Amino acid sequence: MMAGIYIHIPFCRQACNYCNFHFSTSLHYKNDFVAALLNEIQLQAAANYLQDQSIATIYFGGGTPSLLTVEELQQIMQALQQHFTVTADAEITLEANPDDVTDEKLVGWKTLGINRLSIGIQSLFEEDLQWMNRAHTAEEAKQVITKARAAGFNSFTVDLIYGTPGLTDEKWLSNINWVLQQNINHLSCYALTVEEKTPLDKLIRQHKKTDVDAEQQSRQFILLMNELQKAGFEHYEISNFAKPGYRSKHNSSYWKGVHYLGLGPSAHSFNGISRQWNVANNQQYIQALQQHTIPFEKEELTKEQQLNEYIMTSLRLMEGCDLHYVEQRFGIAAANRIRTEAVAFVSKGLLTAANDHLILTQPGKLFADSIAADLFA
Amino acid sequence: MKNIRNFCIIAHIDHGKSTLADRLLQTTNTISDRDMMDQVLDDMDLEREKGITIKSHAIQINYKHKDGQEYILNLIDTPGHVDFSYEVSRALAACEGALLLVDAAQGIQAQTISNLYLAIDNDLEIIPVINKIDMEGAMIEEVKDQIVDLIGCIPEEILLASGRSGIGIEAILEAIVERIPAPQGKPEEPLQALIFDSVFNSFRGIIVYFRILNGSIKKGDKVKFVSTDQEYEAAEIGILKLKMTEKKEVNCGDVGYLITGIKNAKEVKVGDTITLAANPTQEAIRGFQEVKPMVFAGIFPVVTEDFEELRDCMDKLQLNDASLTFELETSQALGFGFRCGFLGLLHMEIIQERLEREFNQTVITTVPNVSFIAYTTRGEKIQVNNPAQMPEPTAMDRIEEPYIKAQIITKPDYIGNIMTLCLGKRGILINQSYLTQTRVELIFEMPLTEIVFDFYDKLKSQTRGYASFDYNPIGYRDADIIKMDVLLNGDKVDALSALIHRSRAQDFGRKLCEKLKELVPRQQFQIAIQAAIGAKIVARETISAMRKDVTAKCYGGDISRKRKLLEKQKEGKKRMRQIGNVEVPQEAFLAVLKLDD
Repeated sequence: MMAGIYIHIPFCRQACNYCNFHFSTSLHYKNDFVAALLNEIQLQAAANYLQDQSIATIYFGGGTPSLLTVEELQQIMQALQQHFTVTADAEITLEANPDDVTDEKLVGWKTLGINRLSIGIQSLFEEDLQWMNRAHTAEEAKQVITKARAAGFNSFTVDLIYGTPGLTDEKWLSNINWVLQQNINHLSCYALTVEEKTPLDKLIRQHKKTDVDAEQQSRQFILLMNELQKAGFEHYEISNFAKPGYRSKHNSSYWKGVHYLGLGPSAHSFNGISRQWNVANNQQYIQALQQHTIPFEKEELTKEQQLNEYIMTSLRLMEGCDLHYVEQRFGIAAANRIRTEAVAFVSKGLLTAANDHLILTQPGKLFADSIAADLFA
Repeated sequence: MKNIRNFCIIAHIDHGKSTLADRLLQTTNTISDRDMMDQVLDDMDLEREKGITIKSHAIQINYKHKDGQEYILNLIDTPGHVDFSYEVSRALAACEGALLLVDAAQGIQAQTISNLYLAIDNDLEIIPVINKIDMEGAMIEEVKDQIVDLIGCIPEEILLASGRSGIGIEAILEAIVERIPAPQGKPEEPLQALIFDSVFNSFRGIIVYFRILNGSIKKGDKVKFVSTDQEYEAAEIGILKLKMTEKKEVNCGDVGYLITGIKNAKEVKVGDTITLAANPTQEAIRGFQEVKPMVFAGIFPVVTEDFEELRDCMDKLQLNDASLTFELETSQALGFGFRCGFLGLLHMEIIQERLEREFNQTVITTVPNVSFIAYTTRGEKIQVNNPAQMPEPTAMDRIEEPYIKAQIITKPDYIGNIMTLCLGKRGILINQSYLTQTRVELIFEMPLTEIVFDFYDKLKSQTRGYASFDYNPIGYRDADIIKMDVLLNGDKVDALSALIHRSRAQDFGRKLCEKLKELVPRQQFQIAIQAAIGAKIVARETISAMRKDVTAKCYGGDISRKRKLLEKQKEGKKRMRQIGNVEVPQEAFLAVLKLDD
C-alpha cells in the first residue's frame, strides 16, 4: 500500500476574508516554524504512523507554501527524502499564489522535484479579488500559467471560486473559459462558503458585505458542470474536475481511504481507523517541537463513524458509493439498510443505483450533504 | 399511637422547604452525614434541576424528645407549584399538623396562603416558622406581623430558623411533638387507610403510600380499594425510612407502604381508601376526588410505530402521577396518540420531560388548550378538549370558556404593570386590598385560557419576581372562541390547530406563521404556511426552497468536522415528523408557546 504526506505551511501575506484554514499573517516565526517542521518530520518517521508505507504523493498546502524560500523548501524536501521512502514517480504538489510565482522560484521548485502546481487564481476579475481580499492581481493571475510552462511545468491545477456576490453568470463563464483556453487539465471550483468566525462572516453580519445567494450558487454550479462536461472533463469529485488521467492523486487519497500523514500545525493524519491532528496554533506547535514532542490530538473511529465517512466521501465521487464494498467491510445489514434508504432518492432522481453503486445525479450533487446524512448509520 | 406525629411542610417555592427537611433528617440521624445529598427527598433528576418538589414523598423520623420518650415523626413532603394543588390536598389529609414555612426576606406568598387555607380546612395544627433568618434582607418583624394577621396566632408561637445553617431545628422538632396532636384513630375498628401517593417500581410493581386512620394492616391481609372495589393480598408492608423497611404490621395512625403486585396503573387512585376485604369499613375517607385537568394537549410518538410503547409508558407515568389523565386521540397528521389532561403548563412540561428522560420516548406535544363547552344549534352540549371536537360554525349556537379567580400578591410598585398585564388578558379587577403597607393583594376574574400559556412568566418579568400568584376555577362564561387552522402547502395540519378568542385571532395567526417559518427548516421545495379561520386565510409565510446543500471543500481536516455535523443533522431528523411531504420538527408543534409580542 502507498500513502501520502501533507505539509501545512501556516503563513499568508494577507488574509482572504472567507478562509477558515489555519494560518498567520505574521511571518516573524517562519524560521522557527521550518526548524520545528524538520523536527516533526524526524519524530513522525520514528513514530511510524504510516507503518512503513511508501510515499506516492506529497502535497504542500496552507496557508501559502509559495512564500517559503527555495532553500526552506529544499530543507523540507531533503528531510522527507531522508526519513521516508518516496517513490520515484511520486506526485509532488505545491500550492502557489500568483504573486509568488517568479521565474527564480519556478526554477527552484522544479529542481526540488515539485512536479505539479496548484494555483489559487479564484477569479480573473480585479473587483472579485479585492472583494475577497486576495493578495494578487488579475493581471498576475493571467500570466502565471505561461510563466510556469516556460519553466518546464506541465501539470497544473487552478482553484476558482463561484457564487461570490458580484460574480455574474457571464463573468463566471468567462473565468471557466479562460481555464479552458489555457489548456489546463485539472480544475477545483468551490462555492464561496461563509464559514463561522471568518472576517467575511463578520462583515456580512455587520451588513458591510452582501450575503451569498444560494440560488446564484446552485445556478453557477450547474453552469460549471455543463461547461466542463462539454470540454471533456470528468467531474470526479464534487469540487474537482480533470481530463482523463489527470486527477489529483493526493486529494483522491482523502476520499478513497488511502492513509496519509499530516505535518505542520492543524494538519490531519489518517490511517484507516484513527485520525489525529496537530494543534492549530503556530506558537504552541513551535514550542512543543522545541521540546521534541508532537502536539496532537487523536480520535479512534468506530465502525459506524468509518462507515459514515465512507458514505460521505464516496458519494462525492464520480464512482459513487460501492455497496458491495460496504457489504464486505461493514456487513450485509449495513449495505441493505443503505440500499433500502436510497430508494427514496433514486425515485426523486437524486441518485442512480447501477451495478450496486449509488451515484449522485446532477441535481443530486446539489444536495450531497443531506443525502449523505440521510444514508448515515 | 400517642407517640406518632404526622406532619407536612407548607411553603412557597424557594422558601427553603427541601433544605429544612434535609436538616430535620440529619439532626435526628435519620440519615448519616455521609449519605447526605442536598435535597434527599427530591429523588427525581428533574426535581433537582427545577428546584421544586413535584411528587409527594414520605419519610419516618425517629426522635427522642426531652421528655425522654421516643417519637415517630412522619414527614410528608408536598409539591409547591400552583399546578399541583391536588397532590398537596392529599398530603394534607394524611397529617395532623403542618409547618408553615415563610422566607424571612420574601414574606407570605399567594401560593402559601391557598395551601394554608387548605390545611386549616383540614383542621391541621399550624406551626409557623420563619426561615432564612440569617440571610441578608431578612425582615423578621414584618414577616411575623404578616403571619399573625394571617393565622391569628400570637408572635411567641412563631419559630425562627435557618435550614442552611441549622438554626432553630431542635425547637422545630420539639414543637412538632408538643403542639401537633397525636393521631386520633381507633385501632379496633375496620381498616381505613388513605392512599396519598404511589410510585411504580419495575421490579415490585406499584408501591402504595398510605396513612392509617383506623384499624391496622398486617402482612398477608386481603385488602380492598374502596373506589375501584378491587381486592389484593398485602404481599409486603412496611414503613418509610430513607429506604423502605419491611414490617409484619403497620398500626393505626402510622404512615407506611403496601406492595400487592399490582401492575396496572389504573387500579391505584391517590385519595382512595384501603380497607380489609373480610371486615371492610363502612365509609370511604372524605375528600377523594377525581383529578380535574386544566390544560389539554396531544402527545404523539415521533415515530408512529412507537405508539404501543408510548401507551405503556403513559400507563406507568399515570401510576405515580394520578393527576395525569389521557385518552386515545387520532390525528390525521400525527396518527395515534393521546389527548392528555394536565394540571397546568409546568405539569405538561414535566410529563414530556419525564417521558423523554425516564422512559426514553421521543414525543411531539401539540398546542395546549383549556376545556370549552360548545352548545350546538340542535341543543347538544359538547365538551371541547381538542380543536377537532369544535362543532362547525354553522352548527354552533354558542360556546363557553372556563374562568378563574386569580389572586396576586405583590409590592405596590408593580400594581400598574400587573393591571396592564391582566386587563390585556381580558381580566376584570374584582378587588384590591393592602395586606400590609408593602404588600397588596389583587383579585381578578380571568379566562383560564389567557393564563395557561405565558401568564406566569410574564407576571414574573413584569414584577421582577415580586409577585405570587394562585387561582381557582369559578365556572364557565360565554366566550367568542374560534378555531384557527394551519395549512402546510395547502394541507390542513390538525395537530397545529388552536382554539382562540376572536379578538386575538388575526394577530395570533400572523405570529404563529412567522414562528413556524423560523422553526421549520428549508426543504428541497417551497413551503407555504397559512393560518386560516374556516375558509378564510388570515396570514401567510413562505419558506423558500433549499437551493443546495453541499460542502465545497472536503479534505483532510474537513472530513471529521463535516461527518460530525452531518451526524448531528441526522440525529435532529429523527425528531422530525413528516407531514405530507414536509418535515416538521418536534418543537414546531409547540410554536404557539413561543410567540413573541
